[in-house]
Amino acid sequence: MHIRKTKALIQKLSGKNVVDEDGSSPRDEGGVIQDTSRRRFLQFTLAGSTSLVVGGAFLEPQSAEAAGIAIPELSNFFDAGDIAILMELPFAHSLVLEVRPDGRVYFELPRLEMGQGITTAIAMIIAEELGADYEKTDVVSSDRRSDRPFMLTGNSTTVRSLWGPVRQVASQARARLITAAALRWGVSPGSVSISGSRVFDSEGREASFGELSSEAANVTNLLVPATPKKLSEHEIVGTGRGRRNGRDIVTGRQAYTLDGHHPDALPAVVARSPDILGELVDFDDSVARGMSGVVDIVPITNGVAVIERTFHEAFLARDALETQWTPGPVAGRSDSDLREELDDASPDLGADYWLGRSHTAVFEFPYLSHAPMEVLAAVADVRPGQAEIWYASQVPNYLAGEIARKIGIPRKQVTLHVPFAGGSFGRRAFGEAAIDAAEASKAAGRPVKLMWSRNDDMRHGRFRPMARCAVKASWWGNWTYSFKHKITAAATNTESGMGDRLTSAVAKALPTGGLLQAGFQTSVSLPYRFGATKFQLTQRDFGVPTAAWRSVFSGMINTSNEIFIDEIAREQGWDEMEFRRRHLDSDSARRCLERVAEMGDWGRSMPAGHAQGVAVHMEYRSACAYLVEIDTTGDEPRLTRSYCAVDVGVPINTKGLSAQMEGMLIDAWSVMFLAGNHIDDGRVREGSYGDFLWARMNQAPITTEVHVFPASPNAKPGGAGELGFPAACAACVNAWARATGTVPRRFPIGEFA
Amino acid sequence: MPVYNLTINETIRVVDAPADMPLLYVLRDLLDITGPKYGCGVGICGACSIHLGDEVVRPCSVPVSDVGDAAITTIEGLANGEELHPVQQAWLDEDVAQCGFCQPGQIMTAVKFLENNPNPNDNDIDAAMSENVCRCGTYVRIRAAIKRAAGNS
Repeated sequence: MHIRKTKALIQKLSGKNVVDEDGSSPRDEGGVIQDTSRRRFLQFTLAGSTSLVVGGAFLEPQSAEAAGIAIPELSNFFDAGDIAILMELPFAHSLVLEVRPDGRVYFELPRLEMGQGITTAIAMIIAEELGADYEKTDVVSSDRRSDRPFMLTGNSTTVRSLWGPVRQVASQARARLITAAALRWGVSPGSVSISGSRVFDSEGREASFGELSSEAANVTNLLVPATPKKLSEHEIVGTGRGRRNGRDIVTGRQAYTLDGHHPDALPAVVARSPDILGELVDFDDSVARGMSGVVDIVPITNGVAVIERTFHEAFLARDALETQWTPGPVAGRSDSDLREELDDASPDLGADYWLGRSHTAVFEFPYLSHAPMEVLAAVADVRPGQAEIWYASQVPNYLAGEIARKIGIPRKQVTLHVPFAGGSFGRRAFGEAAIDAAEASKAAGRPVKLMWSRNDDMRHGRFRPMARCAVKASWWGNWTYSFKHKITAAATNTESGMGDRLTSAVAKALPTGGLLQAGFQTSVSLPYRFGATKFQLTQRDFGVPTAAWRSVFSGMINTSNEIFIDEIAREQGWDEMEFRRRHLDSDSARRCLERVAEMGDWGRSMPAGHAQGVAVHMEYRSACAYLVEIDTTGDEPRLTRSYCAVDVGVPINTKGLSAQMEGMLIDAWSVMFLAGNHIDDGRVREGSYGDFLWARMNQAPITTEVHVFPASPNAKPGGAGELGFPAACAACVNAWARATGTVPRRFPIGEFA
Repeated sequence: MPVYNLTINETIRVVDAPADMPLLYVLRDLLDITGPKYGCGVGICGACSIHLGDEVVRPCSVPVSDVGDAAITTIEGLANGEELHPVQQAWLDEDVAQCGFCQPGQIMTAVKFLENNPNPNDNDIDAAMSENVCRCGTYVRIRAAIKRAAGNS
């Protein structure tokens, strides 16, 4: 309740108070000055409150950091992260940091934690700037907030977009605590220091955050500047901390959506069409109604929802339904048809130039399920004119709009809670389970907890689009002067835009893939001096539901490029490492490459059937390289050792970052060697982890050594959550190609080699 | 419906359930013991793994009528109060979890494995741990945590 009241107050105060950047000369209550400098800081505190609550935003258009790039792709100037930074700014004032009377620091993060570690990273940033005890700093995902339309978790942008605003809010709170202590003790603020959630002066006085919280809330004149620390002063940011909820996870206490306490919500599952997106024609529930545990059976848009005492009984009753469906939009077509259509739709790579030589390759990727461990699930309690939903969404405002439309209530009446998620990988940019649950709850007139079975997830879920990547390079002697990449893919659904009303409206208004073309051009990068470069995206909508999958286009485009670069290096008679080193136009990528070469002793002699593979990737203002070793002499190929070097500008949590890089190597092995989905006559062939072959322990490297470069002076954090995937994919495939002497073209290799 | 007296985490729980109901749904839906997770429902992902007597089982594939007198231990029953089981502690020390959804099953599998093989090598770990899927790809750290718990890290 305390928080809700606080929020209401903050919303009232929102935008009224403006102080200058360092808050050094505020004039009236809450600190207000119209500042004429380029950077401004909106902030508001709650005077008279019993605890310190600060909201604010650092308003600085984060300009393009593009200097010194020779022939830049668009993404070098402006990428999705920059869009996220800009979109965050107008709403950053509604970030709220609270120092509670018990001394704990509390922050609601307007993003989804799904295992990527953002709540840990943000807690570290707050503890750093505030001088708080990290262990007493709590960060949780906030509910949907209608006052901040931009709430996208994606594109590896969380830390990038919140680095400025969160530090600014925390340093405001810190300045207030120091000021309050100086006033209380009648000492110069210069003699006051702060650490471990305690405030000290030079004569041995000290007070806890909790003791000072109320006085800090009532400070009217800041006596010290509220300036974020320099990178060189960091003691927490840049270290390695364990996941915040690690203990809850290992003890089973961590609650996911279906584990939450909802005593009135009954289990529900949905009978679905055998075809992708077939529609319900009719159903007969006379047998199912008589079965044990049945509470209600209701038709919804995507099928027939069965509400039961337990999920087991729900599955049994679902299977006892007699249902009839229309054929789905993909009926009659299979992989081979779609593959042929993509081939036909592919633009020509152009004739060879007269100068020197050329090399061409076409790489093919199948549909690919996200398959997060936690199946999609939602709790819904729909009452007349209102809905309360629990669903781990990457785009809660967008989803609330979808739910509102579906059940016919105003969007503002949709409360959406965002629980911790058991993985996502892009899947939770959509919320079909929440829409199903809302419809079922409305139809049955009772709260439900609706779960998609694993089969539902795999056969009725979304996929990375099937794609073919055609690449061509031309060179004369050692001069590579042309590089073209034309990807032809099943359309990727980005209707949720950046998760807000504006960009999702734009996405829907544009012809298929309109927004995507823009997103494509801002995500593609080729960090090499290869002369004239051209990237082109062509899409075909096959009716198979799609969504961005970790790394989106880069997972196919940059993967293909890095496999291709090994091939042209060999064609030109170069060592693959040396070829990259000579052509890279990024110091950051080069130092990652050189570091893995050193870590993995590139070029060391290996027995027949063993080989090393290397690749680099740059995106999200970050760079990384992988070097892996493969053994192809056994029944199945296997990575033996692997190395990664990563430069994210400013690493926040080295342990969390390393975990991401390690995990993406498993993604890479799974996707390039094992897993893929097939369409058979309009249906998805795979149903679970038994045929969607995700890597297991015996298919993982024994060790992965990750080197995290420390913060560069004056750097800002780049993105990390998707960074490693393309380079990891290519490094694995390059090792395979070098070990076997084959030329991989179609993935997964396990199916097509 | 038959009534079962189940010993779960050293507590007797009485539950009314159809004989063919898999133990997973008895635990989760009837007894609100939610540590074991539904990941596939057919015994191929391992996210629901628990101990039944001396065995690791997948309760999604064990009918409640098969449990008999065997003691059930779920992830919630592994620690001794606030004192973590050494395998749980090793998981924390290696910062294994990402999304964490598979980890209760991974830990329960690793605990029994280490009881039977206190000093495993990499091949042993491969053989014992390859029936559990981790979609986030934490295998390298799981391996390290098992070695740490075994004292041979």
